[in-house]
Amino acid sequence: MLRAVRRPTGHRISHRLSKPALTGLRSFTSSSARHADITLTVDGKEVTVPQGTALIQACEAAGSTVPRFCYHDRLAIAGNCRMCLVEVERAPKPVASCAMPAMPGAKVFTNTPMVHEAREGVMEFLLANHPLDCPICDQGGECDLQDQSMRYGSDRTRFHEITGKRAVENKDFGPLVKTSMNRCIQCTRCVRFANEVAGVEELGTTGRGNDMQIGTYVEKAMDSELSGNVIDLCPVGALTSKPYAFHARPWELKNTESIDVMDALGSNIRIDSRGVEVMRIQPRTNDDVNEEWISDKTRYGYDGLKFQRLTVPLVRQGARFEAVSWEHALAAIYDGLATSGAKGDEIKAVAGHLADTESLVALKDLINRLGSDNLALDQEGGDTAPVHGVDIRSNYLFNTTVPGLDRADAILLVGTNPRHEAAVLNSRIRRSWLHTSLEVGWIGERADPAYSYDYLGEDLNAVNDFVAGKGAFAEKFKAAKRPMIIIGSAVAEHPDGAAAYAALAKYVEANKNKFVTPEWNGFNTLQRIASRPAAYDIGFIPSKKASATKPKFLYLLNADEIKPSSIPKDAFVVYQGHHGDHGASLADVVLPAAAYTEKSTTWINLEGRAQLGRAAVPPPGASREDWKIIRALSEVLGVPLPYDDVMTLRDRLWEVCPSLVKYDVTEPVSSDVVLAGLKHLSSAKGPVKATTPLKKPITNFYQTDPISRASVTMAQCTRAFVQGENHGFSEYGKASQANFG
Amino acid sequence: MALVPKHLPQEIHSDKMSRARRVGAYAGDSYVNPYSGGETAIGKAVHMFFFTEILRGMWIVMENFFREPYTIRYPFEKGPLSPRFRGEHALRRYPTGEERCIACKLCEAICPAQAITIESEAREDGSRRTTKYDIDMTKCIYCGFCQEACPVDAIVETQNQEYATETREELLYNKEKLLANGDRAETEIAANLYADHVYR
Repeated sequence: MLRAVRRPTGHRISHRLSKPALTGLRSFTSSSARHADITLTVDGKEVTVPQGTALIQACEAAGSTVPRFCYHDRLAIAGNCRMCLVEVERAPKPVASCAMPAMPGAKVFTNTPMVHEAREGVMEFLLANHPLDCPICDQGGECDLQDQSMRYGSDRTRFHEITGKRAVENKDFGPLVKTSMNRCIQCTRCVRFANEVAGVEELGTTGRGNDMQIGTYVEKAMDSELSGNVIDLCPVGALTSKPYAFHARPWELKNTESIDVMDALGSNIRIDSRGVEVMRIQPRTNDDVNEEWISDKTRYGYDGLKFQRLTVPLVRQGARFEAVSWEHALAAIYDGLATSGAKGDEIKAVAGHLADTESLVALKDLINRLGSDNLALDQEGGDTAPVHGVDIRSNYLFNTTVPGLDRADAILLVGTNPRHEAAVLNSRIRRSWLHTSLEVGWIGERADPAYSYDYLGEDLNAVNDFVAGKGAFAEKFKAAKRPMIIIGSAVAEHPDGAAAYAALAKYVEANKNKFVTPEWNGFNTLQRIASRPAAYDIGFIPSKKASATKPKFLYLLNADEIKPSSIPKDAFVVYQGHHGDHGASLADVVLPAAAYTEKSTTWINLEGRAQLGRAAVPPPGASREDWKIIRALSEVLGVPLPYDDVMTLRDRLWEVCPSLVKYDVTEPVSSDVVLAGLKHLSSAKGPVKATTPLKKPITNFYQTDPISRASVTMAQCTRAFVQGENHGFSEYGKASQANFG
Repeated sequence: MALVPKHLPQEIHSDKMSRARRVGAYAGDSYVNPYSGGETAIGKAVHMFFFTEILRGMWIVMENFFREPYTIRYPFEKGPLSPRFRGEHALRRYPTGEERCIACKLCEAICPAQAITIESEAREDGSRRTTKYDIDMTKCIYCGFCQEACPVDAIVETQNQEYATETREELLYNKEKLLANGDRAETEIAANLYADHVYR
């Protein structure tokens, strides 16, 4: 019944890597051309599907649910669980509907005695070796096997073997994935996910028949940013979440649909909470953003929400902080502003990584009303306006859009490692690379993005060479029909950023018939920080005059990356945020705010897609939603903001930039405007020769913001994957793969 | 019984009324004599004058006066209890001393009064155990669903019904209290479960 699993991608990739010059398809199937539709009958109901559709999908389309374990929409077909058997007219025996293409005119039955008997037989075989430990299994309550055995399972066993059930040793997959291999039914979803989507090809099957095992053969942690997804994929409890182990049952959890802020992709998530505690974070399907995957930081960073939290307003008393009431804290800010003597542009606001759109708008309004234009971002060079400007959206957004990525046939990555900056987006590039003849070029610090690439160089010189058409990749890129240039957000922070942007913008302008068409825009910036696109959209940047001013009063909104040296000694500093991280330690007054799971706010993702996050739990202690704090402070400072509820604030968002409140859509920028933006970029002056190499901005994927820095799980991941401790017998001993150096 | 036309009230079917109708009715008349079915006037007078009903009642009193009394001296004597009696809760242990409860939370899920609160995590040795097992005995309705749901016979309702307390807080049971109950009554619980096992 169980067959050795095909691992098509494994050897194909090794073949590919051994011959880097090989062009053409990387798999036996190309991106499929559009097929004609066919019509068949499922349970007496006619249904029309594209040719080549699996029978199981045709059944789904006809509204007949077919039970399955190994089949998954987004993975290759394995056909080894045999649960999806259906009856097809004139077929001599039941047909595995996942592995069978739908045939025109076929008559399919999913609800006949023969089908039920076949499925009951399959279920009996599966349960023969499955332990009866549902009460202690974390999958209990959301287990496919449990659910389907309620219908197809027998209540007594016919297997009385002296040797007992199959026993398999548990594998060590690292600090995230807990294994309980006795429960495994060898559906190989995890193996297919690791090989196809995540690009960690260590996971596979060994042995055959009853002895088949899933594992890495040599003991090794599953080193991928997407490893947590195998837990969702596992139809039984063989792979479960280690940090969540035994903590809750699915039926006790309240589900809140929200948006992730650990990277700029804005993955759609479901926050599962019990009482005031976030118990776990699961992905939510959105084909336009994250499909149904999320990165491990998104999934496991939530335990950082419990530690290092700011719960009461604090005021600095000499060398320590004193807990005070809100009134006292706001009054202290009023006094601080008065005594610092800050006027006009000397009042500076710094917006950090996790600032939501509502509070950014409120803070900008507040600072403007105080007569200042000094709106800085918490990044390298954030005190000045970014090189790409903020006037034209297409200059700083991911214009091709995330689903558009699938259609690209050549990608140039400049100064970015998408694997760390947007891990789920990177899996899309990998999928495209795997299934089409996509060519990838790489400028910047080398890394392992889980697909092979042509390395062009590490600095501006490589960009200039590429633009000049030097090198093999430049030629391939020229021949591409839908080329994409993806510029990392770190490039704008680099001293050569303006020159790099100018050179690439010139290149795009010269090839505008391919890059900028009504249905294709190949010029992209890959933002890595959740608040950044929103900050650019609302123009949260300093004026030229303001950026030269030395601040006397600083308002840090979630700004935790700020360098202490950039804050003048005599300045009065207010920090608003949810974690006692770097930013809070620099402050004179600390205002406790809500984390992303505790407020219903708008987030703009790297494509410029507005998405609404929703509060799952209340903010702890005396902390409040961010925009409300700013609103309250404006009252104390005597410049009251004209919005008292979130709806009026969103009206203000609409005034500032209408796309901020057009939820769940991306607004394409028209070609004329894109070209105007490119013109603006290409006119920039900058160094012609490279000064320093383009570095990847994220060295430790697992700890990039205050939440993940406070997380125990992320600290364990850092130890296991970045520092390479407890890493088993990996190929390079202590070498770390997440470091990809 | 006479057939009654459908349009007549159906109460007329009652035995007494139909008999009364038969006896007291004149032909072609609807008059019914309401006294015709009862005791005769002479019989009633005899019973009244000779206190027969009182004498019958006193006879019963005298009968019971000589009988063995039904009452038991409750705190010192107790009536029999079914092995299925659902009284105070207890958490059991295995003979090795290991607590049975594996924190599957099925009792918490099935509890109709939502009296049970469980928190769990992996113990040092990696096994699934509760860190908190609370029963609010003031909420509990003693339906016994928790012991029905328990896959390892950990939570049981003992035959103890004498746990009245002076304060409400004492009825908020925690894990220690429940385990102590189980340790105290283990022999009895095991005997009861054994007595009932053929019916389960």
